[in-house]
Amino acid sequence: MDNIKRGQHKASFLNGILKENPLLIQVLGLCPALAVTKSLETAFGMGLLFTFVLVSSNVIVSLLRKLIPEEIRTPCYIVVIATFVTIVKMFAEAFLPELYSSLGVFLSLLVVNCIVLGRAEAFAGQNGVFDSFLDGVGNGIGYTWAISLMGIIREVFGLGTLTIGKVFNFFGEPIKLPILKFVEVTFDAATETYERTVHYDFSISIFQNPAGAFIVLGLMLAIMAAITNHKKAVEKAKEKEAKLAAAAAKAAEQAKLAGGAN
Amino acid sequence: MEMIISYILAIVSYMLIDNVVLSRFYGICSFIGVGNKVKSAFSMGLAVTFVIMMATLVCYPLYFFVLVPAGIPFLDTLVYILVIASLVQIVGLFIKKNSPTLYKTLGIYLPLITTNCAVLGVVQTNSDASLDFLTSLANGLGTSIGFLVVIVLFACMRERMNGYNIPKAMKGVPIALITAALMALAFMGFGGMVG
Repeated sequence: MDNIKRGQHKASFLNGILKENPLLIQVLGLCPALAVTKSLETAFGMGLLFTFVLVSSNVIVSLLRKLIPEEIRTPCYIVVIATFVTIVKMFAEAFLPELYSSLGVFLSLLVVNCIVLGRAEAFAGQNGVFDSFLDGVGNGIGYTWAISLMGIIREVFGLGTLTIGKVFNFFGEPIKLPILKFVEVTFDAATETYERTVHYDFSISIFQNPAGAFIVLGLMLAIMAAITNHKKAVEKAKEKEAKLAAAAAKAAEQAKLAGGAN
Repeated sequence: MEMIISYILAIVSYMLIDNVVLSRFYGICSFIGVGNKVKSAFSMGLAVTFVIMMATLVCYPLYFFVLVPAGIPFLDTLVYILVIASLVQIVGLFIKKNSPTLYKTLGIYLPLITTNCAVLGVVQTNSDASLDFLTSLANGLGTSIGFLVVIVLFACMRERMNGYNIPKAMKGVPIALITAALMALAFMGFGGMVG
């Protein structure tokens, strides 16, 4: 009994991370994934705030699941979610102003995020509080790593650099890693001018544009689909092999029996 | 006269340059989900247009004459989503009673409009940027017409794509996203049209 329960907890936690990743497998929550992934840090910040909203709404919905009448459950869920979104908005405005301004209206749009509403409908409305909590954490992590990866790709290819510490500026000066682009700015004291020396620059600015967002997400989904297809094909081949082996064994047994009869 | 021209320019800019789907990324879910048949795309676009205009009309006075005087402007998102959800419900009932054929065509798309970010996005930007009433309406109109135009164009392209031989992994959403990327590139050409 205990083992079964533990297995269920584990499944509700792990499913969202890879196997049923909300963005890459279920293809939900596309709007923020496209809009806030210009840089790694905004994407990651969005992921964190999203995870908080998802976990809290999952827990509350799960607590209230026996009180909410079946017919009006969607409006009730929306009110719960909107409350937490308001809390997150105020928190971000106060403590992470840089993140708040770069996320803009997409923070409010978490209210109509298909993942949050979908998890409330499909999971938290029917399952216990602890499982719903784990499901929220798992899906949150899954979504966060997916959009952070998108953010890394778009920032590195689009700007050529990777900036860390600009949005979460608690640790002093931001660090700018020159990956595909290295521009050195030196100050000439004699002429009082700044001199820009471009050492190398392989950035492709289209990745910072909306079109780049669509391309990156499209390719990521295609790669994910290719992996899933490949896995399915391998499984099918294995099944076929096992079947053939079983048939061969059966035939051999029958031949043996026939031999014994002779 | 100048006023009228500036409003027309605002509508055009919200419609083409700052297009709702291709540069502001609202309503991608319904864009990808519904945009594979021209007919359903068109009805979805019309329904969204209607709901956006209604929501703009209702939420503007609600924000400036109720929420702000009461000192609770931070509850805007909560109020807006409730207004939108009930609007969609009312519109659904109205259409069901008066035009059963239209109700059949819209079908499952009607309740989906509640969770279409375009509606909440327009209303929220209106109050976040504290636009005046006419500019809010221009924003609503431009956004919804932009949505209608883009989703119908996109559906036309996807209908044509049906017969082509697409790699297995790219089928469905990935190729739709790449198509949208090409459309976004084309729409970038409108940039700078309105100063």
